[in-house]
Amino acid sequence: MSEYQELTGAEIVIKALVDEGVDIVFGYPGGAVLPIYDAIFAQNSLRHILVRQEAGAAHAAEGYARSTGKVGVLLVTSGPGATNVVTGLTDAMMDSIPIVCLTGQVATHLIGNDAFQEADTVGITRPCTKHNYLVRDANDVGRVIHEAFYVARSGRPGPVVVDLPKDVQLSIGRYAAATEVAHRTYRPRIKGDSAKIEAAVAMIAAAKRPLFYTGGGVINSGRRASELLTELVRLTGYPITNTLMGLGAYPGSDPQFLGMVGMHGLYESNLAMANCDLMIAVGSRFDDRVTGKLSAFSKGSKKIHIDIDPSSINKNVPVDIGIVGDVASVLDDLVKTWKKKRCKPDAKALKAWWKQIEQWRGRDCLRYRKTADVIKPQYAIERLYHHIKGRDAYITTEVGQHQMWAAQFLRFEEPNRWMTSGGLGTMGYGLPAAMGVQVAHPDALVIDVAGEASILMNIQELSTIIQYRLPVKVFVLNNHYMGMVRQWQELLHGGRYAETYMDALPDFVKLAEAFGAVGLRAARPEELDDVIQQMIATPHPVVADIVVDPDENCFPMIPSGAAHYEMLLGPEDEKPEISAEGKMLV
Amino acid sequence: MNVEAVARAHTIAVLVDNEAGVLARVVGLFSGRGYNIESLTVAEVDAVKRMSRITIVTKGTPMVIEQIKNQLGRLVPVHAVQDLTSEGPHVARELALIKVEGTGERRVESLRIADIFRARAVDSTTHSFIFEMTGSTEKLDAFIGLMRPLGLVEVSRTGVVAIRRGASGFENAKAARADGDERPRVKKQRVKVKS
Repeated sequence: MSEYQELTGAEIVIKALVDEGVDIVFGYPGGAVLPIYDAIFAQNSLRHILVRQEAGAAHAAEGYARSTGKVGVLLVTSGPGATNVVTGLTDAMMDSIPIVCLTGQVATHLIGNDAFQEADTVGITRPCTKHNYLVRDANDVGRVIHEAFYVARSGRPGPVVVDLPKDVQLSIGRYAAATEVAHRTYRPRIKGDSAKIEAAVAMIAAAKRPLFYTGGGVINSGRRASELLTELVRLTGYPITNTLMGLGAYPGSDPQFLGMVGMHGLYESNLAMANCDLMIAVGSRFDDRVTGKLSAFSKGSKKIHIDIDPSSINKNVPVDIGIVGDVASVLDDLVKTWKKKRCKPDAKALKAWWKQIEQWRGRDCLRYRKTADVIKPQYAIERLYHHIKGRDAYITTEVGQHQMWAAQFLRFEEPNRWMTSGGLGTMGYGLPAAMGVQVAHPDALVIDVAGEASILMNIQELSTIIQYRLPVKVFVLNNHYMGMVRQWQELLHGGRYAETYMDALPDFVKLAEAFGAVGLRAARPEELDDVIQQMIATPHPVVADIVVDPDENCFPMIPSGAAHYEMLLGPEDEKPEISAEGKMLV
Repeated sequence: MNVEAVARAHTIAVLVDNEAGVLARVVGLFSGRGYNIESLTVAEVDAVKRMSRITIVTKGTPMVIEQIKNQLGRLVPVHAVQDLTSEGPHVARELALIKVEGTGERRVESLRIADIFRARAVDSTTHSFIFEMTGSTEKLDAFIGLMRPLGLVEVSRTGVVAIRRGASGFENAKAARADGDERPRVKKQRVKVKS
């Protein structure tokens, strides 16, 4: 019999977390988690960050996880505590972010009785978690928590909920060492099939118009995966594009990098996707934001898809070679095989392909009309990039036009520096995520690039930021509109801007000051540089209200329902007739 | 890769841990992703290892069926997934209890047909029968169709249970679905207990 200790369920929770290497827990107390809070009170290994609303805890845990590569942890109470984290769990599910969420639950004998603050947490969170548990016995608490961490970080990462009834927290249970046995059922495949890897290398070497299309899976696989990807891309000399979630996996300033792909991706990236003869998809999932109209998606290309999740392969787009495995492991094998076989790319074909790409690049798809009297949002991001380049900086975003401009204009040299809500598109993600990033990296420059609509969705977390002296910077592109929604109304609904004008906005400078942060404002282009510099130099939380052109739209753009090569490059492009089918798309 | 877009019925067997909520996970996956369920059966098949077997008959194009298998495979409590329809011959059976009411010639006729179909009367009153019948879905459908004009009252069906023909059993490793040869075991982190 292995050694064990007798502890209360609540003490086991803390012990198991500490044994998992957890140092930070984001949370909010309540009746059903009081014993765990009492156990937190009695120790010094775990630091608890008190958020202002549970949604903030979920996104903070995501930011923490995404910027460190570790599992993020949050602790909330039963009922409303649990239901408030549903958005964050869904967000983590869509973007494959490893988080473990501990929820309190009413005592086991009350479950099903409509007790005070009771909710069917495992029922509600079943579709929005990778897995969830209801623990009914204090003897199971330790094992379940260790298993939760294993499931959250293994394979395709994701959120895991552990629901802990109050009586289980209070009763005595045994906490024993987790034995070194494989999980009963969940054992994701790490190593790729060697025959397929050989076939893939041959296909890569034979390509005339190749393209790497890489996503968040590369970042999830760890730093080594990014290094190997960079090595392979440089060995081949092929162009590479990243998805929104994949930015930073390959150095953004490298000439082989074509910029982001997708609906608001760069023209050269999308055209290269459409015209390549070999697409090497690595940890990306052929999302509808990337493919545009599926029937017209890169019809002439062969496709190799590397992913740890078998269900990602052949889901939207049929591929020629699907390799199930961890990105780092498969890339390592690809690089080794490439070198062993002394593969050489077809230099002549590659030269012609690059020439074609340079022509697309020459369109300068991110160009915009600069103005002297009003700040263009693109200009604001460009200047922000100018001032943070080379610094130890982490960027989070909210969701909307500002997010796309940030993705287009900011370049990331390494992974884990860019935190954004890709799959779910959660407005209100950026501020709490930045908080989580700053907790993990106290000395780094952490900036939430926000819009004035999104920032109001979780603005209460400014209070948390002040309490823990987190010098987070909020860079608000304030155009008085839910800009992205308005842009779609322009395109799809005859410019009838139903409910997208942000009336009665707060004064963001005063708002910042009311919370105890520093408020800054730039309303004219000549004020912008000073404000950005001041924001960066201030060792406290800052909200910078950047008043930008209210009418600017985000280009380039693949209109909904269009093929990925039918991009609009700017407002001067004729607005296309959107098909009935296209109008139905989100 | 060329994928024919014809939707066909497939019988899929899923071996799962018999734990609370596992059926809800499987059913929720089908409803959440818009897959259809033609029939579903579930029961514990190994009391010692606490494992249940779920048999699902679903309909989809080859691409959708592949998705369904992969989506099922990534559920944590799932041990193994088998597409019986595409993985060689299998035996599929369904059991039905069929209540028929009537007197006189209708009653005699229902008994006669039951005899032909090898259905067994498991309950009888002077004006009703309950027939028990096992067979393929098509055979049950045919029998029930014949009973309809003879006084069919109600039907209870189990849905399909199915098993692969031949000596080989269910693949025990979940990694098998990832169509590979090398299956490294991911070790759980050892956690030391400090005294």
